[in-house]
Amino acid sequence: MTVTEQGLLERDKDTMTLNMGPQHPSTHGVFRVVLEMDGEVVLSAVPEIGYLHTGIEKSSENKRYVHVIPMTDRLDYLNPPGNNLAFCLTTEKLLQVEIPGRAQYIRVIMCELTRIASHLLWLGTHALDIGAMTVFLYAWREREMILDLNEMISGVRMMTSFIRIGGVAKDATPEWIQGTRKFIDYFPEKIDEYESLLTKNPIWMDRTQEVGVFSKEQALDWSFSGPCLRASGVDFDFRKKRPYSGYENFRFEVPVGKNGDIYDRYRCRIQEMRESREIIKQALDALPDDGYKIPDNKISLPPRNTLKTSMEALIHHFKLVSEGIKVPAGETYVPTEGPRGEVGFYIVSDGSNVPYRVKLRAPSFMASPGMCHMMTGHFIADVVGIIGSVDIVMGEVDR
Amino acid sequence: MIDTVTQFLSDNVGLIVGAVKAAVIAVALLSSVPILVWLERRLMGRFQVRLGPNRVGPFGLGQPFADAVKLLFKESIIQGSADKFLFFLAPAVVVFTAIVTFSAIPFGASFTLFGQEIGPHVANINVGLLFVFAISSMGIYGIVLAGLASNNKYSLMGGLRSSAQMISYELTLGLAALGVIIVSGSLNLVEIVEDQSVVPNIILQPLAFILFFTAGIAETNRAPFDLPEAEQELVAGFHTEYTGMKFAMFFMGEYVNMITMSAMVTVLFLGGWNAYIFEFMVPPVIGPIIVFASKVFILLCVFIWLRSTFPRIRYDRLMTFGWKVLLPLAVLNLMVSGFIKVVL
Repeated sequence: MTVTEQGLLERDKDTMTLNMGPQHPSTHGVFRVVLEMDGEVVLSAVPEIGYLHTGIEKSSENKRYVHVIPMTDRLDYLNPPGNNLAFCLTTEKLLQVEIPGRAQYIRVIMCELTRIASHLLWLGTHALDIGAMTVFLYAWREREMILDLNEMISGVRMMTSFIRIGGVAKDATPEWIQGTRKFIDYFPEKIDEYESLLTKNPIWMDRTQEVGVFSKEQALDWSFSGPCLRASGVDFDFRKKRPYSGYENFRFEVPVGKNGDIYDRYRCRIQEMRESREIIKQALDALPDDGYKIPDNKISLPPRNTLKTSMEALIHHFKLVSEGIKVPAGETYVPTEGPRGEVGFYIVSDGSNVPYRVKLRAPSFMASPGMCHMMTGHFIADVVGIIGSVDIVMGEVDR
Repeated sequence: MIDTVTQFLSDNVGLIVGAVKAAVIAVALLSSVPILVWLERRLMGRFQVRLGPNRVGPFGLGQPFADAVKLLFKESIIQGSADKFLFFLAPAVVVFTAIVTFSAIPFGASFTLFGQEIGPHVANINVGLLFVFAISSMGIYGIVLAGLASNNKYSLMGGLRSSAQMISYELTLGLAALGVIIVSGSLNLVEIVEDQSVVPNIILQPLAFILFFTAGIAETNRAPFDLPEAEQELVAGFHTEYTGMKFAMFFMGEYVNMITMSAMVTVLFLGGWNAYIFEFMVPPVIGPIIVFASKVFILLCVFIWLRSTFPRIRYDRLMTFGWKVLLPLAVLNLMVSGFIKVVL
């Protein structure tokens, strides 16, 4: 219940306008919100975005499809493989190609690892916002391992750009598979450790329960997606409802909350980390062996060693590198489930080697007005809690 | 000439001894701040699976001194809209009250030096407890003034929170201490310690101890009650606009207050310099001070431990907790203690 609803506060006309951000320790990047305050209570909150405008959508119109992939990494910088995947899936749908199982599974493993990493970052910063400092560093410790795994497979820790049109950039090495196995065996007890610091902690419960409540209807009205939507009690997950990239092959639960408060969002995400671990485990166990990219050399580069012996391979290589992939004219959209919600690219192709228009459906952008609505009637201390619980990433809000 | 000097000295022994003691204690207190900062950073590092400062000097012990030097040479920035006089006054008030509070706290048994009986405290005031409360509550003026003088909304909110918090928790602090006074029958801190030579007050007044320590954490603005400077909400609270040494003075004030509060808990509840079953290990003269310092050290570690474990409590809950939980419990404790004292 908000403070104004409880009738704890007598309203008077003297209010204070407080500018929070873009330089503020806990607005998660360069988010700015202008708060109308009555004492410590927020009367209205107006979001101001645009401080991290990169023009990625526009620059995509001048870049070949393959060249767009590294830019998608920088949109939601906590979910690079997820963005790569969303872009590649859409392009592949336009190209009407079928991706080999191994590539799909590697993609899933990378995306789920990144989901864990993203949730760990969320957990750490969210707990830090509420004042629990230690959880932050514990979460960082495990995130570091995921980044090491990323480096092992792609050579880059964060902006992997590993998922390519037609598959993935390289095959998964045995070392990486072994490292991932080691990580998922080690990880569950660490989740218990975070939970031991927070879940039953009276101060944590006090700070998060019945704060920032969004009902089922409100969450749908304000176009929430992902964990925020599920915490409000809507059982919706694209991995289940419209499976892509082989998600239909894995058994996992979709955690759903009840009250739609900060605490439920916290519980949902914690549970999601456990489920992601399950998915990775199953994917590693059932990793097929049918190639990490499609054999069609008009879309994916021919193997390096064939270049010196095969004329055709050389020509394909030259054409692909100099001209890029020609995508048939059309427009399409493939929704995927990112750590923050529905991520998808709407791509319009005019048949050339550069997209005519690329539009990102960014969950953080869609959630930010609802988030500010949520702040109304709460204390300023809850504002940072709400920002943290919705988990916005400015990179995809301003794009 | 020499006669006059000797005459003056022998006439004013008390004054000279007092001045020397005051200087020694003030210096010791201020120089323990960097060590405490180092301890906090190292301990927090251990709690949080990292190393903490370990580059400057052995075990990183030089780090706080390096920081102090850096802060001294920082540019002092005062924004144009600030009230200059109050802006300068605020940190001075904080440090002054923090140090003066300690003057009434006895941290060892009396010993004899050059035929003079010397008690390790600046002043043995017969209402010592009242003096400590009176002076320590003055420290909040510094914080409120800082919030006011900065002319910054975040600072103002920090200052407001601070005043509300201090007033609420001082009541509990005082009422919890009253339980001790009922047991000891004195306001004199030396007598309170001597009264505990057999059984420390923590056993006689366990509830009062918990209440006093909790309220003490709130009183010193430490986590989980560090709302006046809640970094994630108010940027840095009342000291948002402060730079360089003026910021360092707030910092020093906070740490001296931590030491003072731990010393108060030691005096009131943990039996001061009485070592109880470890009495046989205590060396003469310097021994009681070591015993006292060890108890303070343990309490300081608890302060740091709490900071690394708990999230920050919310402002309204802080008030509710103070007025609806701590205060009634303190009153209850007082009534029960009084009843037992009268009946038995």
